[in-house]
Amino acid sequence: MKAICALIVDDSSVMRKIVARSLRQAGVEFTEVLEAANGLEALAVLQTKVPDLILSDINMPGMDGLEFVRQVQGLNSLSGVPIVMITTEGGESHVVEALSHGAKGYIRKPFTPEQIKEHVLPLVRST
Amino acid sequence: MNSPQSAVTHSNNAEKFLPMLTLAAQEVFAMMLGATLESCPADEEVVPQYTSMVGLAGALCGLMRIQCTAASAHKIASSMLGGDPGAVPDALLDAMGEVCNMVAGNFKSKLLGVTDSCMLSVPTVITGADYDLHPVGNGLRCQVQLRYEGAPLAITLDVHE
Repeated sequence: MKAICALIVDDSSVMRKIVARSLRQAGVEFTEVLEAANGLEALAVLQTKVPDLILSDINMPGMDGLEFVRQVQGLNSLSGVPIVMITTEGGESHVVEALSHGAKGYIRKPFTPEQIKEHVLPLVRST
Repeated sequence: MNSPQSAVTHSNNAEKFLPMLTLAAQEVFAMMLGATLESCPADEEVVPQYTSMVGLAGALCGLMRIQCTAASAHKIASSMLGGDPGAVPDALLDAMGEVCNMVAGNFKSKLLGVTDSCMLSVPTVITGADYDLHPVGNGLRCQVQLRYEGAPLAITLDVHE
């Protein structure tokens, strides 16, 4: 598996660190970990760098994760970049909405290392 | 004063909420901190130097809060960060808020028919013990007390009904 650049979007800096650590523990190697605290910040980051993988929370001030995913899908430069939602919002409607907007995976907090492996590693391997 | 019917409703919800609240917290601490929350006598005093809170609105309205000692808050942050938060209070507050957020989210996911129709607020953290919290209006209070790394930790859900 090649090393990747990942963008982690979460309004909690602690959670961004946990997600990055969990991915490392699952065997993912990074060339770079980009961070953003909400969808607006993430879109600004994406204007300067195209990551191999995006992991995003849903409930965030400014621009939430669902709107962020919707906007990313409209950007040709980011077509093919897989997005995985990592959120406390585990409701069916959120899952359906996220996937319909183009997210490739959905992980509910709290999560186990096995869930990270199951939902994220296949996407990393295919990048 | 509550009617007899609403009193029954309160009692039923307390019986339903308490085990879910306990399980929701135990799962978060096990999965995200690698820690076991053990049972703790309800009369053991918790000195709440840190109180993290998340509001619930929609099908379930109220407030969830986690109260713990400064030492426990420091251990929670250390576990989540994978190292000592040191002299960075923001990281400690962020960790406390995120734990409460996950417990609240995990709790509502266990309530049938509530997950989609109940929203969570962003967390707020209070430091210090010298305060009183007064939920306004009729409601139900569910509290579980659990032991984390040897110290008691209180998880309280105030629900408006």
